[in-house]
Amino acid sequence: MTYRDPAAEVNGAAPPSFSDHLARHHPDLLPSARRLGTAPAGSASAAAPQATTIVSLTYAGGVLMAGDRRATMGNMIASRHIKKVFPADNYSVVGIAGTAGLALDMIRLFQVELEHYDKIEGTPMSLDGKSNRLAAMVRSNLPLALQGLAVVPLFAGYDTERHVGRLFSYDVTGGRYEEYEHHSVGSGSVFARGALKKLWRPGLDEEQAVAVAIESLYDAADDDSATGGPDLVRQLWPVVYVVNSAGNREIPERELQLMARELVDRRSVAGRES
Amino acid sequence: MTQQFYVSPEQLMKDRADFARKGIARGRSVVVLTCRDGIALVAENPSPSLHKLGEIYDRIGFAAVGKYNEFESLRQAGVRYADVRGYSYSREDVSARGLASVYAQSLGSVFTTEGKPFEVELAVAEVGTEPYEDHLYRLTFDGSIADESNFVVMGGQAEVVREALARTWNQDTGFPEAVRTAVAALSATRSPAGPAAGEAAPNGNGSAPSGYGGGEAVPPEPDRLGAGLLEVAFLDRSPLSSRGTVRAFRRINTVELDRLLAGPEGD
Repeated sequence: MTYRDPAAEVNGAAPPSFSDHLARHHPDLLPSARRLGTAPAGSASAAAPQATTIVSLTYAGGVLMAGDRRATMGNMIASRHIKKVFPADNYSVVGIAGTAGLALDMIRLFQVELEHYDKIEGTPMSLDGKSNRLAAMVRSNLPLALQGLAVVPLFAGYDTERHVGRLFSYDVTGGRYEEYEHHSVGSGSVFARGALKKLWRPGLDEEQAVAVAIESLYDAADDDSATGGPDLVRQLWPVVYVVNSAGNREIPERELQLMARELVDRRSVAGRES
Repeated sequence: MTQQFYVSPEQLMKDRADFARKGIARGRSVVVLTCRDGIALVAENPSPSLHKLGEIYDRIGFAAVGKYNEFESLRQAGVRYADVRGYSYSREDVSARGLASVYAQSLGSVFTTEGKPFEVELAVAEVGTEPYEDHLYRLTFDGSIADESNFVVMGGQAEVVREALARTWNQDTGFPEAVRTAVAALSATRSPAGPAAGEAAPNGNGSAPSGYGGGEAVPPEPDRLGAGLLEVAFLDRSPLSSRGTVRAFRRINTVELDRLLAGPEGD
């Protein structure tokens, strides 16, 4: 690959957007530039691993996002170890449901996009700015989404201007919707949302919020075969991130293990069918 | 038809080099030095927002002297180069050496083909996990590239600063001590009685002898640059353990710098 003379390159307008730069100079590197040719509609989604259920909720002083670890391909489990929640930058996290391969590429591009802006402008992007950039990326994936390869992210971050945690959901056309209290995306989201509605309450502290997220994922896994529950055999727990005024923090596995075991024990003791 | 005067290539290049050198010599100096904790970047820069020091990538920093618009465009181009490379290959595949050679090529081609050479001098620094893995590259207006060890000094009175730094630099110092060493070296140019106070001297070439103020045995201590006149940044050797990020570059704000400069007395 040859690189253009950087000194000459900057003589034009220099956008602080990394994806704009790629679109202009290296369009082949954009995830949305992929062309599938004439695949019959509907078959693509069964041929590629799908990531499922992400939950996100606000708590006192911040916002939390958690995802299960299962990826499915049709009725097969494609992966038990996949991660679907990632830090986007110091003060935001992004989770993905939908076609895993495209979604992971989109997240990687989004991470570089935010860091690139920070370096070029010398100041971090606002939370609204970040959520809008993500919307543009989802929108650029629309042609692939219509062929069955949809990517639906969930975005949460700490707004350093307003000093609150906020979360945003998206549809495949790039529609961006601010959500309040809590939200969930993916195949298990209907069940997770039901659990969130019952468990969430205002002013949760961080530990309670993590417990609520784990329980809602457990409920999603209970009823949705594409969502993985806590795996006691392989010692796999959901991926949980919290974002507050101090930035992102991944909840360590040790704490998740304790909470997941406590939940499973509590449910076993109850001995109820549902 | 008027005939063009013949100008030899030697003369042409010499004129361009002199022009660029003059432009750079007007600027204030910048010091980049390695220490135990990482790489310190210290610049004399009264502006709080127009930076001479910048972040390029995870472990790579940038320092420049000369014309702001020229080195800022080079910095942005460097960020783009690094981000594209890191995105299309992998984050480990972005190295200071690669970046420096791209800079050398573009500076060299501007120097020989454009109407006016860039009036800039750049340093590209990559911090390693051990001091011997640090890389410091110094790039001049004509595309020359030098692989420096220990420290790089650029700018107006680089010689004076370099001499001062060569006497005091020590690889085993921590970051605060390294900054104080660099500030002391930069301050050497400011001494009203120092040998390098060219701009303050009223009578041209006689500045050095007369500046000593009537044969004092010891020249007075130069006044130190304050935090308000300095821009300081740091490439952390182990950013992941100290701050939980892969980005080693950190800008030191004025409050923190004040404390840092007051360090040994204050503690």
